[in-house]
Amino acid sequence: MTAIDEPGIRAATALTAREVKRQEKDARNKLTSRGATLAAIVIAVVWTIPTFGLFVTSFRPGADSATTGWWTVFTNPSFTLQNYADAMTSGGTALTLGQSFINSLAIAIPATIIPIAVASLAAYAFAWIPFKGRSIVFVGVFALQIVPIQMALVPLLSLFSRGLTINGVELFPGFTLRDVDHSFATVWIAHAIFAMPLAIFILHNFISEIPGEIIEAARVDGAGHGQIFFRLILPLAMPAIASFAIFQFLWVWNDLLVATIFAPSSSLPLTQTLNSLSGSWGAQWYLQSAGAFISIIVPLVVFFSLQRFFVRGLLAGATKG
Amino acid sequence: MAVVSPGVSRRRIPRSVTGVIVAVAAIAIVALFAVMITRQPVDGAVPTSLGFSLNSFFVWIGGLHPLLQIPIIAIVFAAVVGVILVLIEFAPRPGPGYFWLRVAACFVIPFLAFMLLRPYQNATIYVVGIALLAGALLFFADYRARAGSGYVFQLVIFLAPAALLLLLGLVYPALSTIWQSFFDKTGDTFVGLENYAWTFTNPDGFWSVINTLIWALVAPLFSTVIGLVYAVFIDRARGEKFLKVLVFMPVAISFVGAGIIWKFVYDFRQGDQVGLLNAIVTGLGGEPVSWLAAQPLINTFCLLIVFIWTQTGFAMVLLSAAIKAVPGEQIEAARLDGANAWEVFRNVTVPGIRSSIVVVLTTITIASLKVYDIVAVMTGGRNNSTVLGFEMVNQQQRFQSYGHSSALAVVLFLFVLPLIIYNVRQMRKQKEIR
Repeated sequence: MTAIDEPGIRAATALTAREVKRQEKDARNKLTSRGATLAAIVIAVVWTIPTFGLFVTSFRPGADSATTGWWTVFTNPSFTLQNYADAMTSGGTALTLGQSFINSLAIAIPATIIPIAVASLAAYAFAWIPFKGRSIVFVGVFALQIVPIQMALVPLLSLFSRGLTINGVELFPGFTLRDVDHSFATVWIAHAIFAMPLAIFILHNFISEIPGEIIEAARVDGAGHGQIFFRLILPLAMPAIASFAIFQFLWVWNDLLVATIFAPSSSLPLTQTLNSLSGSWGAQWYLQSAGAFISIIVPLVVFFSLQRFFVRGLLAGATKG
Repeated sequence: MAVVSPGVSRRRIPRSVTGVIVAVAAIAIVALFAVMITRQPVDGAVPTSLGFSLNSFFVWIGGLHPLLQIPIIAIVFAAVVGVILVLIEFAPRPGPGYFWLRVAACFVIPFLAFMLLRPYQNATIYVVGIALLAGALLFFADYRARAGSGYVFQLVIFLAPAALLLLLGLVYPALSTIWQSFFDKTGDTFVGLENYAWTFTNPDGFWSVINTLIWALVAPLFSTVIGLVYAVFIDRARGEKFLKVLVFMPVAISFVGAGIIWKFVYDFRQGDQVGLLNAIVTGLGGEPVSWLAAQPLINTFCLLIVFIWTQTGFAMVLLSAAIKAVPGEQIEAARLDGANAWEVFRNVTVPGIRSSIVVVLTTITIASLKVYDIVAVMTGGRNNSTVLGFEMVNQQQRFQSYGHSSALAVVLFLFVLPLIIYNVRQMRKQKEIR
């Protein structure tokens, strides 16, 4: 600040009138900034209270939260962990919230690894293997984000479950996964597909920035594209890959739509189970609140522990979906 | 691709012949495909496989414990990627061994890929024919490539997995949805524009269009303005980081979680209120309101608040970064000229972050057009609170109405289209500057 202020101070000392005016202005700026801070705190409080209210409710006994508002806890505190135990095991015999928590993990981790691997291969080719029409194809891939995933859901689902039949000739049958215990394959593939345009775009932006001399030097040393990709590009692009991985992981974890369409009933993730339970729980807020926080906990841990990567991934991946 | 091995035979055949041969092979593939799909359908045809297939792998892995599936799929997938990388590394090299490696890969990979899908027995012969022809075409085009043999091969292997996913998973489904939108419920009878007429006249369709437009207009505006104001207010304030986290946290939460959080705020019942909003209303002497059933449009705005709540943090973080990038000298100069805080903000800061504001606005607009989860969790589209992204799934899942569902998806596509075109143009412009 001082370096910037210095010429200003010199100019001000030259003109006394201006100096006075400046002091006045400083005072006014301070005033507005105090008001601004107050306004900011109001916004922050308004933004936090809904989450806080539900958080408090999740620890209140069910009888209390059904009859009194969560704010009464400050005058009449009583807490329990029973809500979480109840929420984890509710959901009938088919699929409890606890089981779908595991399903969510089994969906989100492969659905993060697969698209990143495939996309980084393609991104490398777009960045470092020249071919005719490269930039047009690349823009085309980026533009595929034009397709809202809602548009691709139904045909993709019928491709998976009923296969492909053209003009009455059956080319291949779909997958017969109906009787399988925990089938996530179609969800993995669907997530991998929907992540592809953005993943290629982001990873390409990063991989193409890697200095060409490094790659040229490796090539002179006799490395082919396979080695260059595995031993040079992957390590160098790790920051970008990590950012996108976190973004993609949270996107899949928080996703409801793709899971609704593609996941068989025994393989439903947390979001979907929570959504249907939420309907049957109705006004039983002690269950709703505990259930919501079970689903929120993983994103919040990721968010607080890896905030820097998360922000970067989010900013780069803003237009997904 | 730097590896050029000038074979003698390659020199002798002129390049135009290569083109002709490639074209003939391509035509042969198309012809084979045409013959295949005009065959008489065979009743009771069964899938054929080599004894293993993608399906059998999925069935096997699906029987395992979910947590066990994670490492297994990771290892299998890593092995596939490993094979790809090994091929990319070794196949382009000159020498007879590598030559045969390329030959083998060109024929085995397409054959294996098709067989893994278990073609029906009546189509098998054609499918295998197409696979082998495609392999031969790839090998020949690669062998005769201008940049030396191995060049086309590695390019295809690098790009094929992504291209397959994109073509099968996005391009084909999108075209198929457009096609379906002109057919009736079951997809058998052509009905022209009837589904589109339904979209704009049926209450569900009509409200989904109206509400989607409201979402797309209101949500970006409010999220961006609040995010910007907040970013300016907390800029260089004490505890800036902490204040940022408070508003940013909802970004990490799923819409399902956010929906439940806000359903609790909107809770309505007789007697004592446990929902914050109705507690305030009754505390001020008013009557409690069933917010999520309140019409017209009140429930839509209640849902919008949830969306704005989640998006403001995103806008704030992006704009805050942009504000910090505005040169301090400019602000100081404006101050010296006697501008007050508001004038500095309007004349220096806002022009300085204009491009970021545009990015935030377009991003949130696209997100608000596609919203599904919030509506599904909070109202289930009841009481005219539905939107296109939700109604489309609703029509398909509840009413099995593929025609209506497709038409709604196409309308959504038309809304998103101009924004993405704008984004693509921005991207190209940026590239030119670089």
